[in-house]
Amino acid sequence: MTPLAVSAWTATTAVGRGNAALLAALEQDRTGLRPNDFTTEPLETFIGRVEGIEALAWPAHWAHLDCRNNRLAWLGATADGFADAVAAACARHGAHRVALVLGTSTASIGASEEAYATLGTDGLFPPALRHAELHTPHSTGHFLAQALGIDGPSVTVSTACSSSAKVFAQAERMLRLGLVDAAVVGGADTLCGSVLFGFNSLELVSRTPCRPFDPARDGISLGEAAGFALLERADAPGARDARAWLLGHGESSDAHHMSSPHPDGLGARLALEAALRRAGLAPGEVDYINLHGTASQMNDRVEAAVVASLFPAHVGASSTKGWTGHTLGAAGIVEAVVCLLALESGFRPGTLNARSLDPACGPQLRLAGEHATTHIALTQSFGFGGNNCVLAFGSAARPGTARPGGPRA
Amino acid sequence: MSATLDVRVAGIGLWSPRLPGWALACDVLHGRADAPATPLPRVSPALLAPTERRRAPDTVAIALEAAARACEMAGIAPASIPSVFASTHGDLPISDYMCTTLASTPRLLSPTRFHNSVHNAAAGYWTIGTGCVQASTALTAWGDTFACGLLEAASQAVADGTPVLLVAYDVAAKGPLATVTHSEGMLAAALVLLPGGPGTGSLPAAAPIRPRGLRLALRAGRAGNVQDAGHGERAAAGAWAGLVAGNAMLPCLRLMAALAHGEAALLGLNVGRGCHLELRLEAGT
Repeated sequence: MTPLAVSAWTATTAVGRGNAALLAALEQDRTGLRPNDFTTEPLETFIGRVEGIEALAWPAHWAHLDCRNNRLAWLGATADGFADAVAAACARHGAHRVALVLGTSTASIGASEEAYATLGTDGLFPPALRHAELHTPHSTGHFLAQALGIDGPSVTVSTACSSSAKVFAQAERMLRLGLVDAAVVGGADTLCGSVLFGFNSLELVSRTPCRPFDPARDGISLGEAAGFALLERADAPGARDARAWLLGHGESSDAHHMSSPHPDGLGARLALEAALRRAGLAPGEVDYINLHGTASQMNDRVEAAVVASLFPAHVGASSTKGWTGHTLGAAGIVEAVVCLLALESGFRPGTLNARSLDPACGPQLRLAGEHATTHIALTQSFGFGGNNCVLAFGSAARPGTARPGGPRA
Repeated sequence: MSATLDVRVAGIGLWSPRLPGWALACDVLHGRADAPATPLPRVSPALLAPTERRRAPDTVAIALEAAARACEMAGIAPASIPSVFASTHGDLPISDYMCTTLASTPRLLSPTRFHNSVHNAAAGYWTIGTGCVQASTALTAWGDTFACGLLEAASQAVADGTPVLLVAYDVAAKGPLATVTHSEGMLAAALVLLPGGPGTGSLPAAAPIRPRGLRLALRAGRAGNVQDAGHGERAAAGAWAGLVAGNAMLPCLRLMAALAHGEAALLGLNVGRGCHLELRLEAGT
């Protein structure tokens, strides 16, 4: 495919607000996980909770849109000057030529949970939560389109943990077809009872900070995050210089089970191969892979085997869930930003909290981070329902590609 | 650059308790048959394993029914094409269950209901039931959900030159949630879209109908200024609307009614704060 310019990006996770905080935490091996202080009912686990959501000054005219997910989305969208970059893109292209494609799994179900926990004696929601736009899965897309001034198509992708990876694929199609000139992609997912007690019911939650790919790993740590990227066609009038390129994407289904991955990684493999094919890349050209690496027994075993069988040893791979926790519907964008930061900074993170590696892992798996020039990075996202998405990004400085009009695919 | 997308509608599925099936729905629309006087019980999702059929949520059952019938009409194997599932609110009864349980006994949350609570549950069951490893997505855009699903399905068809399945559905809100989120009954509609305009490409050998060309374009501004050109289409949708009153997926009915009529139609459906999807449906035969 013709690569798309990634002209701005940002991520806000448990390690802090914005790109600098994320990169610093990755370089310093500083986790954002802490003992669960979120649920009223005790649940022994570690969580990646974002600071500053409750304290955020919330405009009175947005009172009917006030919920944790929208607050986190706004905290994230205003980091790194991202909202300003969107405003500039709307000015360049026309606001109706800019799309918003947002990924989320939780949406604002936390607001519905809160309403049920505080029902009046009349059985009604408390007045502050009696707003239809808070209790529907497009809530945050609806909010952000207004907040960012986007007049083009506004849609939410909700495919569990692949949501905010698939937004890149949907936006790329819209841009390729000339339906729009720029697209804001990304996602926001917040901690809530549904996911904490839901994953607990599946016995997938660890009592300790998650240890991806460690033979003794015993489950996931949940987290919350918001992240965004601005995609533009390199040939669109007024398009800004690319800071990186979206080179390819691959989507597939496992056709196996609602909550367990295919034992041979069939869907993961298909998505990987599709992304490489679309990007025109051979596996050996990839420098770094940010893995789904949730620290569940099954995911990590299957994913490690797929990577070991498809990639040569010099390709580095790691999971960053040990820093952020599994941010579910936001995991795709957070890990896309980790890749984009690796391309720009030359730092490839390792795998925090893992002390040794599962025997299924090949030589690609890295426990320690490293500084190394990185031109091609992949990120893998796999969700419930067997929903898979792999993205391929290229650096602005990729040899032979940094020229007006974009790189050759 | 203002693009248009040319696709052809090759398969149609519809299921609602008082419009159980596309053929009957067409007959009802044309006055050739009466709708069932009382709502039918929900369909059994034959695609699923027998143990899964009974406990499948209504969302999954009706979405899979409409999807299977649309593929059947198009003569296309479900496992061979990507799918776009669109639902305004997802599984409202499961949301009610989750919120109720979390407010009282969070540790007793059912793991099955939890994994069925994802917005892509119907998409997941569809790919599992049909053995489909193609891409599958699940979307929502509040009142613009059907239009955004149609736009993504047509985009996939044209961008990648493949037939695409679109499935749009909503069910009734339940419990305290129903006091703020409004949806009643059950409604699922499905379309199989082929890439290319009228007369393009080859049709599946088994295709029993002549696909109708549908041209999509994104236009600036809200859709209020777009007139319906199809004669009687508005009134016809109104007649159906009485049988599926209050369902959140009602916005799909304008295109479905236009498909049930033979005339060419021009429709406008909003997809954003300041843009709409313009739909030009060619006349049928």
